[in-house]
Amino acid sequence: MSELSYAGDDRDILLGRDGSDRRGQAPAPVWSGPASKRIVTGYGFWIFILSDIIMFSAFFASYAVLLNQTAGGPSGHQLFDLRHVVFETALLLSSSFACGMATIAADQRNTIWFQSAMAVTCVLGLGFLALEANEFAGLVARGAGPTRSAFLSAFFTLVGCHGLHVSAGVLWLLTMMAQVFAKGFRADISRRILCFALFWHALDIIWIAIFTIVYLLGSAA
Amino acid sequence: MLGKLSLAAIPIDQPLPMIASAVVALAILSVLGWVVIKGHLPYLWREWITSVDHKRIGVMYTLLAMVMLLRGFSDAIMMRLQQSMAFHAPGFLPPEHYDQIFSAHGTIMIFFVAMPFMIGLMNFVVPLQLGVRDVAFPTLNSVGFWLTATGALLVNISLVVGEFSRTGWLPYPPLSELTYSPGVGVDYYCWALEISGIGTLVAGINLVTTVLKIRTRGMSYLRMPMFCWTTLATNLLIVAAFPILTATLAMLLLDRYLGFHFFTNEAGGNMMMFMNLIWAWGHPEVYILVLPAFGIFSEVISTFSGKPLFGYRSMVLATMAICVLSFMVWLHHFFTMGAGADVNAVFGIATMIIAVPTGVKIFNWLFTMYGGRIRFETPLLWAIGFMVTFIIGGMTGVLMAVPPADFLVHNSLFLVAHFHNVIIGGVLFGAFAGYSFWFPKAFGFRLHEGLGRAAFWCWLIGFYVAFMPLYVLGLDGMTRRMQHYDVPQWHPWLIVAAGGAGLILCGIVLQISQLAVSIRRREQLRDETGDPWDGRSLEWATASPPPVFNFAVLPDVTGKDAFWQAKHEAGGETRKDDTPKYQDIEMPRNSPTGFVCAFFATLMGFALIWQIWWMVVAGALGAFATFVIFAWRDEEEERIPAAEVARIDSARRAHRGAAAHAEAA
Repeated sequence: MSELSYAGDDRDILLGRDGSDRRGQAPAPVWSGPASKRIVTGYGFWIFILSDIIMFSAFFASYAVLLNQTAGGPSGHQLFDLRHVVFETALLLSSSFACGMATIAADQRNTIWFQSAMAVTCVLGLGFLALEANEFAGLVARGAGPTRSAFLSAFFTLVGCHGLHVSAGVLWLLTMMAQVFAKGFRADISRRILCFALFWHALDIIWIAIFTIVYLLGSAA
Repeated sequence: MLGKLSLAAIPIDQPLPMIASAVVALAILSVLGWVVIKGHLPYLWREWITSVDHKRIGVMYTLLAMVMLLRGFSDAIMMRLQQSMAFHAPGFLPPEHYDQIFSAHGTIMIFFVAMPFMIGLMNFVVPLQLGVRDVAFPTLNSVGFWLTATGALLVNISLVVGEFSRTGWLPYPPLSELTYSPGVGVDYYCWALEISGIGTLVAGINLVTTVLKIRTRGMSYLRMPMFCWTTLATNLLIVAAFPILTATLAMLLLDRYLGFHFFTNEAGGNMMMFMNLIWAWGHPEVYILVLPAFGIFSEVISTFSGKPLFGYRSMVLATMAICVLSFMVWLHHFFTMGAGADVNAVFGIATMIIAVPTGVKIFNWLFTMYGGRIRFETPLLWAIGFMVTFIIGGMTGVLMAVPPADFLVHNSLFLVAHFHNVIIGGVLFGAFAGYSFWFPKAFGFRLHEGLGRAAFWCWLIGFYVAFMPLYVLGLDGMTRRMQHYDVPQWHPWLIVAAGGAGLILCGIVLQISQLAVSIRRREQLRDETGDPWDGRSLEWATASPPPVFNFAVLPDVTGKDAFWQAKHEAGGETRKDDTPKYQDIEMPRNSPTGFVCAFFATLMGFALIWQIWWMVVAGALGAFATFVIFAWRDEEEERIPAAEVARIDSARRAHRGAAAHAEAA
């Protein structure tokens, strides 16, 4: 509803008009009032995601600073197995696709498609987590745990923080499935589905950055 | 079973913290007892604790800040006393206790006084100024407040159970690492700030969304009151900076709990990375605090000068410029790190550039007053006191932005004097200006004017007496955080500074009695019009205190200073005789989610500090269950019928009409 007026509002700013000099004329529709709940919720959640990305950027920065601080221990080149990471990436990206299907199903109010797409998302997400746990366990077993060197501390923290986000996402996903099962596609539940989808896709974006900066550059070095 | 916690954690052998905490416990218990005996508990629960009304939450934030101000100030006066006595003497505070006191003082004053005070005022005022009924996420707002309260509670628990951090208000490694700080002090600090930091982030997201998406019809960006602009800038900074704090403290906690090597001396850790990260949050943080104060002064100065704000657009531009620039100067906090002359020069110049938009603001305020009909009420006194004081603080800041000069005064009392100069003179004076300005809006009666003025003068003079000597001491080479010293030239200045702290104490006593006297005489001080100061923005258009829905009918805005326009144009709101068409209003239902969630967060924080792992799990499960139960409820909102809205609003209109007639006569 407020898309049009919002655009008008922006133009208003760009041209530096505030409309106060139009007294006597009919007031121009510079801003048509509070936005709808769906827009407000989605907008607020976007801002949360941006803040989350900033938190990740702090971990990325510390990883970059500590990259060469291996304290005589193994470096990424010796540790990373790209085939393993490709599987992880494939699982996570296809889970995002399934999540997209769930969003479409939710828009269509199709419960069966929604629940099955969410279930697929969940299974793929859990598969990703299992692979990551496997990788971490392997590293620790080889004596390359997070306490070995500053580099490994930063690596485990950055990648583990993403893993924690995926775990929280799985918990949220199951809650959403239960909610839709119990209450159907109520307006507030639809808004939460929107937020969940944003969250899940954002985790993909962060994974792409991890994949590139940590694994691709790391194993090339 | 109880992790590291045992009876030995309670410092029975130290009389000072035991007496202090006994007094606090007695005070809390007597207030609680009074509440229960008088039967106010159901009222408190229904109307305040579970409230999701932005006005109530704003008031609770402010109250939390004021209570914590007393705690932080008692730390301050103990330090001033200690330093005035500790010339060739041990004083009355042993070093390990003194270190906890200066750490707690800084932590409490920044995180649990300045932050909640500003967030409280923004919460209370901004939806009213935007002409709307609530913030974007009312329940989340309550969660944010209660998480902040959790952090404050944890810091205060450390007084009795265990110890607080001894590493200063920012836990610089390697001192804060497990090797050198094996106790729970740093853990108290980190977990308290992690939890309250989430609360702050939630408040930030909420207010950004509110300003950008929830404004009444016609309230375009360039018609917003200046306080809304500074709120936007501040909360953008919160959203962009607080995640860095969360990440940095998480790294420190990983070092301490799991043996990671982010900031350690060994295995490649880099302690200077901590300084960079913490100040990448810490420098925006000081603008998070001072920008809302700038907004308050803009409102106060234009209202009490009876003029629109001079240079509105340059003010907006200056605000947003500060918002961006604040992220580009963090390195000036550690010029002595040794980054080299080029890097230091870049950051030094960037720092000086920030003085430009700030100077623009000062001139705008001065020109707003120029030629105005100035009324010297308490809020304006705070604003004028601010301008004088802040200019001095700003100039010493620019002085320290010069790297070679900074090398001489780094970590000296000169620095301590500088940041108290800007934080007391800027943030705290702003908070007090806002408090006395909007108090009548929140409660429907004014604060006692005479006591307010007296408090202002005690604070202002007390500030100068307490902190100007610190500039001298810094130039004389006295470093900060000294428990004792043997330089005879310092001693007289420190005695003077202690006297200044005593004057500030008088100011605080006067403020408390001002509140008490005002409450007792509220009938004489009552304001029926809702517009006690001849205000300009929309918060004055509604009753005092505003009804739960703020505005019976959302106002239409056609220009800047919307309420002023409505009052002074023909056919203005006050003279309209036709009753507006009332409609049913839907307001969010109250919810205990915030309070319950904070209860579990407290449990979890305490368990994490003492490493009681089963309790951590229990707290996490409880918090999750709380959110699920909240998500399961069927009715989000309750409907206020149009007839009820009409009844509440007609009372306001009657008073308004009477006031307008009296004025006309």
